[in-house]
Amino acid sequence: MAAEPIKNQDVASLPFEAALAELEKIVDQLEKGAVGLEESIAIYERGEALKAHCARLLTSAEQRIEKITLGPDGRPTGTEPLDVE
Amino acid sequence: MPEPLASNAPELTVSELSSALKRTIEDRFGFVRLRGEISNYRGPHSSGHAYFCLKDAGARIDAVIWKGVFGRLRVKPEEGLEVIATGKITTFPGKSSYQIIVEAIEPAGVGALMALFEERRRKLAAEGLFDEARKKALPFLPLRIGVITSPTGAVIRDILHRIKDRFPRHVLVWPVRVQGETSAAEVAAAIAGFGALPEYGPLARPHVIIVARGGGSLEDLWSFNEEIVVRAVAASAIPLISAIGHETDWTLIDHAADLRAPTPTGAAEKAVPVRLQLIADVADLSRRHAGAMARLLDRRRGEARALARALPLPEEILALPRQKLDHAGRRFANAILRAHDRYALALGRAAQRLARQAPRARMARAGEKLAGLQQRLERSAVIGRERRAAALKGLGDRLVKTIPRICDHHRLTLGWVAQRLARQSPQAQLMRAREKLVALERRIQRSATISAEWRAQALSGLSERLTNAHLAQARTEQERTAAARQRLGMLEARMLRAVQEKIAARRGEIRRLDQLRESLGYKNVLARGFALVRDAENNPLRSAATIADGALLTLQFSDGDKPAIAGAAPAAPRKPAAARPKPSQGSLF
Repeated sequence: MAAEPIKNQDVASLPFEAALAELEKIVDQLEKGAVGLEESIAIYERGEALKAHCARLLTSAEQRIEKITLGPDGRPTGTEPLDVE
Repeated sequence: MPEPLASNAPELTVSELSSALKRTIEDRFGFVRLRGEISNYRGPHSSGHAYFCLKDAGARIDAVIWKGVFGRLRVKPEEGLEVIATGKITTFPGKSSYQIIVEAIEPAGVGALMALFEERRRKLAAEGLFDEARKKALPFLPLRIGVITSPTGAVIRDILHRIKDRFPRHVLVWPVRVQGETSAAEVAAAIAGFGALPEYGPLARPHVIIVARGGGSLEDLWSFNEEIVVRAVAASAIPLISAIGHETDWTLIDHAADLRAPTPTGAAEKAVPVRLQLIADVADLSRRHAGAMARLLDRRRGEARALARALPLPEEILALPRQKLDHAGRRFANAILRAHDRYALALGRAAQRLARQAPRARMARAGEKLAGLQQRLERSAVIGRERRAAALKGLGDRLVKTIPRICDHHRLTLGWVAQRLARQSPQAQLMRAREKLVALERRIQRSATISAEWRAQALSGLSERLTNAHLAQARTEQERTAAARQRLGMLEARMLRAVQEKIAARRGEIRRLDQLRESLGYKNVLARGFALVRDAENNPLRSAATIADGALLTLQFSDGDKPAIAGAAPAAPRKPAAARPKPSQGSLF
């Protein structure tokens, strides 16, 4: 695996679960030490990117509650805030 | 009395009465809701109409559902199902009967609903709507969560709270009625509506859907057993979690959903992970990641250093190859000289071969070959002639020798055939026949003589046996008669003896019995001095009480009788009472 920085751009579109699983795999490989030096550097960089992506997904934690408004034909026309308290 | 009434009442025909009844009944019962149990149902007739009965404990009514109505029925009739049928009553004048024409059927009561639930579950399961293979995996961390439920009440509040606790998200609530007539259609439309939203934009499609409702009775939850809802759930492209009622309540959409949550809160837990836990997980991984890399680099550095120390000096590396080079240089010079000698020799040999291949030498060799061939040709011509002459002579000799042998053979065959012919001639055959005839004649005569003698012998033998047999039989008869006569005499003597003995025995017995009688008789008693008292009728008297005073008595002693009168005073009038004592029963005592 070549260590191109371009390579890790796909990380941004990974779902959280997949990113976490790949990060776990990379940590496993590094801990076992069963990779060559160049590859270890490449996967380390990818691990950094995955970690940052996971952290970003976890920080975007905002509760927004909306109720769908329906038109006379029963189709959704938009949303309005919903307060259930 | 009916008679005067009958004379006044107008006469009706049967048809008139029937149609009057029909009008009355159809006017009065044009719309009825009838509760009863379906009975005698055998599926739709080949015409498409369905016939059955509705009954309760006390009555029954024929029912019919026309083909067109039957196809529209949501609940199909089933044997034993308790239903409320809506329709009108009509009569059937041809049969003097009435029936209900059913327009709609709805199940009545919980038992009916449960039966319907089971039937629907089986049907939809058979279509594969509940197959495990259809179920989609839920996203691990959905950005948007769609919730289909009532926008007010505890259910939506519980879901939102739990989502906020675990991982605050963007929640889109699609408001629906969770109970009542329109509920099923609204829920089905909401599921399809979420699926139809675009993937991006201000109103974007959620990544997971929760369909939720609080607890209630089977009827309350019934919307979630309706086929349109179940089909919408099965068809949803977005993973869907169902959370209807309490943990023990099962609805059909629970079977079709990708995941069934026991409660609305449970659904929220299934929908989003716990954020703090994830943050901790990522932090932990991050630490391990950095640590592992650092250790790896350290190790590599150490290895590099160790390798550098183990690296030898350049002179040491080159000494051996240099020595090899010197050695090779010496071997090279020798090899060059040896190669030169080898090539010079080869050149000389090649020059000789070339000289042999020159044209003049080749022509001389061909001339020699030609002369040789000519000689062989002449020699072979001479030899051929001699061989043929010899062969010819041999054949002539064999021919001369063979002919006489063939002649002898034929002569022999001829003689033999002539003999066979002579044997087969008519004279010879005639002669043989005559000889056979004479021989047969002789055999006949001989056998006739023998046969006559043999029969005469047999006859005399038989006559002798017959005479002997007669004599023997006569003897046997005489002996048998004599023996029989003797036995008869003996039997006669035995019989006489036996009879005399028997008579003597009986006589002795009689004597004995007579003695006994004498010894037991009353006369012996009299002899001992006792007397027997008899009344006037000569009956013996056994008791003084039975004797009336003045009764005439007879006293018998051993030596004779003595008349007497009972008592001191003669009392003649009571005499008849003396006759009263019971007569003797024949006993002598």
